[in-house]
Amino acid sequence: MQFWIIQTLNSLALGGLLFLLSSGFSLIFGLMRIANLTHGALFMLGAYVGVSILKVIPNLWVAALLGGLAVAAFGGLLERFILRKLAGNSLGQVLVTLGFAFMIADLCLIIWGGDPIPVPTPPELRKPLVVAGVSFPTYRLVVVVIAIVAAIGLYLLMERTRLGAMIRAGVDDMQMARAVGIPVSKLFTIVFCLGAGLAGAGGIIGGPILSAYPGLDGEMLPLALIVVILGGVGSLVGAFVGSFIIGFIYTFGIALMPDLAYVILFLPMIFVIAFRPRGLFGRMTA
Amino acid sequence: MKALGWIALAALAAGLPLYAGEFYVNLTSQILIAAIFAAGLNLLVGYGGLSSLGHASYLGVAAYSSAWLSLNLAMPHWASAPIALAFTTLMACLFGVIALRATGLGFLMITLALSQVLWGLGYRWVSVTNGDNGLSGLTRPAPFGINLDGATPFYYFCLVVTVFALWMIARLVHSPFGAGLRGTRDQARRMAALGHNVGLVRWLTFVYAGFWGAVAGLLYVYYHKYIHPTALSLTSSAEGLLAVIAGGSGTLAGPVIGAAIVVLLKNYVSAFVERWNFLLGLVFVLIVIFMPDGLVPGMKRLWLRWRGERR
Amino acid sequence: MTPALKIDGLRKSFGGLPATNNVSLEVMPGERRLIIGPNGAGKTTLFNLITGDLPADDGSIRVFGEEVRGMLPSQRAHRGLARTYQIITLFPKDTLEHNIALSLLGLSKTRWNAFSPLARYGHLYEEARRVLALVGLDALANRPVSEVSYGDRRRLEIAMALAQKPRLLLLDEPLAGLSREERASVKQLVSKIPRETTVVMIEHDMDTALDLAETITVLHYGSVIVEGTRADVVADPRTREVYLGH
Repeated sequence: MQFWIIQTLNSLALGGLLFLLSSGFSLIFGLMRIANLTHGALFMLGAYVGVSILKVIPNLWVAALLGGLAVAAFGGLLERFILRKLAGNSLGQVLVTLGFAFMIADLCLIIWGGDPIPVPTPPELRKPLVVAGVSFPTYRLVVVVIAIVAAIGLYLLMERTRLGAMIRAGVDDMQMARAVGIPVSKLFTIVFCLGAGLAGAGGIIGGPILSAYPGLDGEMLPLALIVVILGGVGSLVGAFVGSFIIGFIYTFGIALMPDLAYVILFLPMIFVIAFRPRGLFGRMTA
Repeated sequence: MKALGWIALAALAAGLPLYAGEFYVNLTSQILIAAIFAAGLNLLVGYGGLSSLGHASYLGVAAYSSAWLSLNLAMPHWASAPIALAFTTLMACLFGVIALRATGLGFLMITLALSQVLWGLGYRWVSVTNGDNGLSGLTRPAPFGINLDGATPFYYFCLVVTVFALWMIARLVHSPFGAGLRGTRDQARRMAALGHNVGLVRWLTFVYAGFWGAVAGLLYVYYHKYIHPTALSLTSSAEGLLAVIAGGSGTLAGPVIGAAIVVLLKNYVSAFVERWNFLLGLVFVLIVIFMPDGLVPGMKRLWLRWRGERR
Repeated sequence: MTPALKIDGLRKSFGGLPATNNVSLEVMPGERRLIIGPNGAGKTTLFNLITGDLPADDGSIRVFGEEVRGMLPSQRAHRGLARTYQIITLFPKDTLEHNIALSLLGLSKTRWNAFSPLARYGHLYEEARRVLALVGLDALANRPVSEVSYGDRRRLEIAMALAQKPRLLLLDEPLAGLSREERASVKQLVSKIPRETTVVMIEHDMDTALDLAETITVLHYGSVIVEGTRADVVADPRTREVYLGH
């Protein structure tokens, strides 16, 4: 029983983290048509930056906030000074993000070294939550809550604010959006920062569960890709649902069939691509 | 003039072991293997207009298949090679069907995701791949009884295979199929309206590119006598793509030159700079921003301009 | 006699907006049909549905008696369907000859040959030149399309389609963007197309186009409003309403 609870919460927590990661990726791809391959590295960068911040301010939430902002700023610079210069050159943009992913990964290795750095769970959340005689790992519950809050926040942003309306317009029809006078360049930078910030914050929030280690980017990026392919590009609902589906498949896969966990990831992706290339909720094909 | 150039190149290549030391002979073997990998990828990227970040899948799977068959079934190379090639090509058939449901960035993402899944499998399916330890204790084939353990005989083996591979790829490029392929790259909808089966053309190209990736994979595992999951990594695919782009996609010489650049860079620079990945990333960024056409078209332009000025 | 093109109850909507609204029409072999209508009437959409570039929501499309709905565009080309595009889509970096060659290859088994050099197929290039001569472009055969005038490109568009000796040819605004002389020359080209090819044409320039067609179909908001000979259509009050009303 305990095993199933732990695995379920692990799944939910991973799903939550994946949502923080893939929502940004999905937005960036949906709006800017850029497959941001730096995204996994940004997640990892957030984790490492958070680790350093924690040494000075031992509060995980502050670290997440500051780390997220730092990564968002970095993302903004990347978009503004490099990606924008390559507007119209889709492949070029992707390759540049790939190049930066490699550079960031190696920089992290140089700065923080090759050993995994564990991130301590905030002390107040270390005790498991005991309900009806069953104990739940508290921090994982908190991560799920954070993801839900983020999802609600993003939803409100997209549906209730002017910024969100502009983003949705851009995702639906870029030319019309431009024609109607939406400041597309600024929008791009904002969305890229938002996506990067979410990834970066996700990295450190995931720290107590995943740690910060070299290769984290390579593990997270394909998961984000599969979530977005599954859930549909540009769809937050798709990213949300997809994240938790993958969270479950990956966690239980590793727990029950560690050798073949990756193959199990294959299957929903193939199924979706074969029968619904738009993804479960997407409105456009990738 | 052109013929002279080819003869000179052929002489240089054939005579290499006579004037270069073992280190350089081995280095050139690596360049040849990378050239096959890049040339196959270029069919897809340069001539087909389909950028893939998952080409390492075919190199890795062929290498692992060959290694596994040797170690677990004591299969001789004359049997394991065709099986490895067939298996990998079949995998390419399957992957092609999946990935070609999309084009452009969707295609890129799917090839990347598939490749990363294989990479993860390489690390975790320890019972088959031996995970992070890789598979070692492998041998090189001995075609017609010739021992390929030495640098020089293996180099000639690679040279023969590479020349054959490049020749086959060149034939395709110049054939009606190649013209059709380029057409689908430039105006897919128009080609369909003219009666070309765009989907099938792309899929066949995908599979063919995968086949040559598998060939490169076999040479790779024979050369190193060892295979590790890094061969399946994104870095590995990216190096191939870099070779295609740096040399100039959509040309025949481009991938070969690009392969030389990437291998030389990797070998020489790693002596001075510890982090190859960083440099790889930086080179990607610089090339995309400053030299998007790649070296070969750039050089061609210079050459034509020089010839124009001479008149 | 089997109609060259028979459309029944064809429908296509984009997110609730009907672009093609229960269209039915019949074109007999050898006929020259003109489809007119104000902007947004759904003319190009209709062509896209016939060629398969767009999937239809409902209805039937028969080319010489064969139902083509559900076939890939490439399959329809093999059934004798050819078209030109409103926005010229040629291969700019290739020569005019090569462009035609690609068209000829589209229907030829040779296109699957991945080994012999294309240059070996002399007869292909001879045929390409012959087609170019038909439209008066043979002098430019070896020039890349990007270096050739807009008027010549329009003629190449038509040549690409004619090269395949289609049974049913769809011309989407073949006169668009042309000067008066160019229009006259293209009009002559179209009038010389042999009767083995049935021609359905979309045009805006009614003065020129009305001469070329025997029957005219008027579309408005995706529906067929009027159909008949030139005299019928011109006299019909609904036609005037459609054009004057906007």
